[in-house]
Amino acid sequence: MPTDATRADVQRLFTEGAQLVEVLPPAEYEEEHLPGAINLPLKELSRQAARRLDRTRPVIVYCYDTT
Amino acid sequence: MSPRAAWRLEALGFSHVYDYVAGKVDWGAAGLPREGTATTEETMGEVADANVPTCRLAERLRDVQERVRATDWDTCIVVNEEQVVLGRLGRKALAETADVIVEEVMAEGPSTVRPTATLRETLERLRPKGNTTALVTTSDGRLVGVVCLDR
Repeated sequence: MPTDATRADVQRLFTEGAQLVEVLPPAEYEEEHLPGAINLPLKELSRQAARRLDRTRPVIVYCYDTT
Repeated sequence: MSPRAAWRLEALGFSHVYDYVAGKVDWGAAGLPREGTATTEETMGEVADANVPTCRLAERLRDVQERVRATDWDTCIVVNEEQVVLGRLGRKALAETADVIVEEVMAEGPSTVRPTATLRETLERLRPKGNTTALVTTSDGRLVGVVCLDR
């Protein structure tokens, strides 16, 4: 079950090596994203796309807000 | 959207998946750095001076006045132990001679702007009102700093 993370959790996990993933469409990612985040849009989150991620490290996903 | 992505990653075999539910809005409102094409304009969070003097509600005004005089500031922000802004001491309060505590003379609930507001927009909005400074706080009310609008 995914774990909810706060802003402080994100900062800590990222410095510990977690991967930060924005799941919004590419245009929104290009406009603005968190430093160090990669873009894996939800609509394209296939088994193949997930190969961009390291399975041995934690992954943090985020979008715009709670919607 | 991110909860579905988090569950999808788990289904793809990832075992340590976190969901930053509050997302970009929360990050930006905290004044943290962002990257991308829309982030080239200077924001209030970037230009805010975090060295503005601060004090607590129950401090003696005289002690605060002494501290502020040693700086080139003419304002002091009243915060609690969480750095949440509760009030502000302006020029008048800092010139007060009575032996009182900060809470008795501070301006309650000062207006604030978010760190994500652009400097340009803020200047356009506040200068016509005669504001010379803008107080920048996060969305949860924590002090980021002060921007002098007349410099």
